[in-house]
Amino acid sequence: MDLLSPEPGLVFWTALTFLILLYLLGKYAWKPLLGAINERETAIKQAVENAAKASEELKQIEATKARIEAETRKDRDSILKEAHALKDNIVEEAKVAAQQEAQKIVEAAKAQIAKDRADAMQDLRKTVAKLSVEIASKVIAKDLEKDGSQNDLVEKCLQECNFN
Amino acid sequence: MCRKATHILVLLFAILANVTIAYAQEHPEAQHDAEVHEGLDMTHLIFHHVLDSYQWDIVGWEDENGVEQKLSIPLPIIAYHDGQFLFALSSSFKDGATLQEGALTWHMGVPEGRVVEKLLVSTPYEKDVRPTLDLSITRNVASMWLSVIVILVIFVSASRAYKKSLVPHGAVGAVEACVLFVKEIADEQIGEKSAKYVPYMLSLFFFIWINNIIGLIPFFPFSTNLSGNIAFTATLAVGTFILTNFNATKHYWVHNFTVPGVPFVMKFILVPIEIVTMFIRPFTLLVRLFANVTGGHIIILSLIAMIFIIGHIAMAVPSILLTLIIFVLEIIFGALQAYIFTLLSALYIGLAVNDEH
Repeated sequence: MDLLSPEPGLVFWTALTFLILLYLLGKYAWKPLLGAINERETAIKQAVENAAKASEELKQIEATKARIEAETRKDRDSILKEAHALKDNIVEEAKVAAQQEAQKIVEAAKAQIAKDRADAMQDLRKTVAKLSVEIASKVIAKDLEKDGSQNDLVEKCLQECNFN
Repeated sequence: MCRKATHILVLLFAILANVTIAYAQEHPEAQHDAEVHEGLDMTHLIFHHVLDSYQWDIVGWEDENGVEQKLSIPLPIIAYHDGQFLFALSSSFKDGATLQEGALTWHMGVPEGRVVEKLLVSTPYEKDVRPTLDLSITRNVASMWLSVIVILVIFVSASRAYKKSLVPHGAVGAVEACVLFVKEIADEQIGEKSAKYVPYMLSLFFFIWINNIIGLIPFFPFSTNLSGNIAFTATLAVGTFILTNFNATKHYWVHNFTVPGVPFVMKFILVPIEIVTMFIRPFTLLVRLFANVTGGHIIILSLIAMIFIIGHIAMAVPSILLTLIIFVLEIIFGALQAYIFTLLSALYIGLAVNDEH
């Protein structure tokens, strides 16, 4: 066995063994191993892509949210404004209506008062006339007895009929 | 730092070698004494380890009569010569040493229906011949099969781990790192066509690496020198050669045989160079791996042998220290040589299968 000349036997066995090893490793080691590594690579790539996509979507959602928020704020403001205007309007209208009503009531009251006053004056007149007649009749009756007592009588009658 | 260490190492080695040689020159009988008389023929010992063998030694010792004894596993001998097959166990050859050194010999006058023992009677240096084909399961072949079992166990079990989870942990992670490292070599050198060659590159790398490691573990059933055997490295280099040239594109052949883009006269020089290059590339692969691994083994064994050549216990200190350093370097080189072999194989294949480069 020489150092520098290859033994045909060992060449044969090396070639045969290496070919078998190549086959066995290829089938039972490299294929599943590299397949798994590949699969994992794909999975990681997919995950990264998904994450990017998700963050993109999230950004879009954020933008939509902001837009909707802005719109909502605007809507709210306009609604509030409208409401304020409406309120002012209503208050104004109510004021006007109330004033008119008040005016009406006052006028009605005035008319009533005037009417009552007229009625009262009528009554007063009647009562005065009646009283005058009574007093006059009493004075006439008294006059017959004593001249001085006429004035007392008038005074007394006047006191009796209180003008209240 | 590393270079400095190497310098010191070389210097030390040179000094030690000089001392040994000087001692041997002054005392020629001592050299004989040290190397042969005490039964420690260092050259024989080193080459017995570096070369192949028909049996697998476990331990060796000297009995009380000073006779060398060995505990070894006999390996099957399979040979073919002159229309005859020989199947035997190496233990049935009584003179194991003859077998180891002189390779398997075949007695010319073997009768039909021979018994294996009859072969042993043959005088190995006269009428014996080497068989036409010696397919014996030698120590290196047995060691190779051991490495195949180790490789299969590691990688098949690692690939099984992915069935449970795509993200493995523990040792499988380390295996994956190695696999991806080799895969990247192939991907970088070959490019988009690499998928076809990745299994070859992976198998090649780990076949060489695991065998380098097995060669470095200094006890049974390891410590063989398979990856430092020229038959082994040549076979793998031929594998790369076949893959390179059988998958080469038209561009590769056109380039090799016409060398476009140079003056016509230059083609007479460049075309032969290109053709020679085709063969030199795998040749450098096989020589590099063979020389590095065998060289490493020889250095380590020589350093250890120095203790016995000097024959003094004090020699053990520098010898073991140096061995330790070389050993660590060898562990690095074991991976490095596998890497270089794979890288260059991928590079050559990449050059051949890609149109553009």
